[in-house]
Amino acid sequence: MGFFILLGLAVVIGLWLMTTYNTLIALKNQVINGWKQIDVQLKRRHDLVPNLVNTVKGAMDFERETLEAVIAARNSAVNASGVKQTGMAEGMLTQALGKLFALVEAYPDLKATGNVAQLQEELTSTENKISFARQHYNDVATHYNTKQAMFPTNLVAGIAKASPAELWEIEDDAERAVPVVDLSSKKPEA
Amino acid sequence: MTSKNLFAQQQSNRRRSALLVAGFLLFFAWIGFGGDLSYYLLSRDAPPGAYRHDIPFMGIATVAFAAIIAWSSWKRGARRVLWATGAWKLVEAATPEQRRLVNVVEEMSIASGVPKPTVWIVPDPDPNALATGVDPREAHIAVTEGMLATLNRDELQGVVAHEMAHIQNLDIRLMTLLASMVGAVALLSDGLRNFMRFGGVGGRRGGGGRKGGSGPAGFIVLIVWLVTLLLAPLLSRIMAMAVSRNREYLADATAAQFTRNPAALASALERLDAVSGATRSISRGAAHLCIVDPGERRLAARDGAVADLLASHPPIRHRVVRLRGMAFQQAKQVGAVTSTEPPPVG
Repeated sequence: MGFFILLGLAVVIGLWLMTTYNTLIALKNQVINGWKQIDVQLKRRHDLVPNLVNTVKGAMDFERETLEAVIAARNSAVNASGVKQTGMAEGMLTQALGKLFALVEAYPDLKATGNVAQLQEELTSTENKISFARQHYNDVATHYNTKQAMFPTNLVAGIAKASPAELWEIEDDAERAVPVVDLSSKKPEA
Repeated sequence: MTSKNLFAQQQSNRRRSALLVAGFLLFFAWIGFGGDLSYYLLSRDAPPGAYRHDIPFMGIATVAFAAIIAWSSWKRGARRVLWATGAWKLVEAATPEQRRLVNVVEEMSIASGVPKPTVWIVPDPDPNALATGVDPREAHIAVTEGMLATLNRDELQGVVAHEMAHIQNLDIRLMTLLASMVGAVALLSDGLRNFMRFGGVGGRRGGGGRKGGSGPAGFIVLIVWLVTLLLAPLLSRIMAMAVSRNREYLADATAAQFTRNPAALASALERLDAVSGATRSISRGAAHLCIVDPGERRLAARDGAVADLLASHPPIRHRVVRLRGMAFQQAKQVGAVTSTEPPPVG
């Protein structure tokens, strides 16, 4: 009798170990995937920036400083590595782009050509995607971090090689305002 | 907390979908075998040589019919809903508006962590949107041309986020199955009513036949059977409506969580509310799938028991009030504390 109780207990514990371990691994993969999503969008933004600069260069030649600032920010963003440094560099790029977009507003004929409008839409969308991908990454990473720290899951965390994932902090206020800054052209108020 | 809520919602939708299919099959079984039973009881004392209803062929037929309907609702329900609206699939964005829609859907797919759904355009000047499918991995979002023309980018984002919320929490599975099955119930009910009128069970029985001990039992079964049959379309319609109303608040809240911009969805809803027309391409059968009631907007604006029972959506201004509340909370938070965390929603 006692033997069977022990056996049952062992089976229950074994099953619990298995599911907890699998949950942690699944979460870890979600975190990794979330990070990749951000990466994909960042890369897309880096590809779009030179296009935009080339398109507006002719008409905005005397805004050379702004254009150069955008290019410089873009290049340092491309070369950045690690969560913190990437975050800083991308923040700079966002600010530089915001400034450029604000300037584009002063050139109605430039905006009228489809190409610039299209690029602007693409960049806006990419910036949204970056911030949503970050949101998503932070959400899953927080979930993962909480899960692995909580009892009794934390007993399995070591076996699953789970370690807290780094959250994507937003460093300064200017960058936190990204979704508002990006389209100075249209405010949704009806 | 969020993911736990989400999991609970998904579980409940899975359970409800399974219950719906089971109830659907049981209902058809009752319609078939109940008819057989009452016919059997009534014809049991028939004189030798007259017809006696021994084989429950009605039951077998209706259950087989129901099984086919349920199966095809699962497999092709989403396509059928889209086909009924006359939507076309947006493969390659041609206009800037379409490009924007595709971008916004991609953004929301990232925000929600749901694979990107297929995008459809409904050629209708009235602004409306719907999501359908039984599986988040193969979901569809359909937006009317009117919607693309009416809303600005942020508002469109709010609407798409709302649809994405339905996809993520598996509302679409329940809704799509309902849409397909409600139609089938109405069809069967009409068909059987006609069958009875033109010399079915009731007609052939005539009044004065001799009733043995089985007579009353047979008639009671017959009456109960008839009542269910007559009420079926109404019940299934009310069920479809009831199931969708509370979900709208929930999807609005989730959408605000995705976009972190409840004010945009609120202003989108106000704009949709201001358009008094009806979305003609979307039939009543698919009303519960839409973001705003595709019928005349008057019913949706009314309060009270009747409107509560018949409207597929809560009054828009209630939804707007809740969203504005969220926006206010958010604004207060951003002003006071600077954190990267989402505002508490709901």
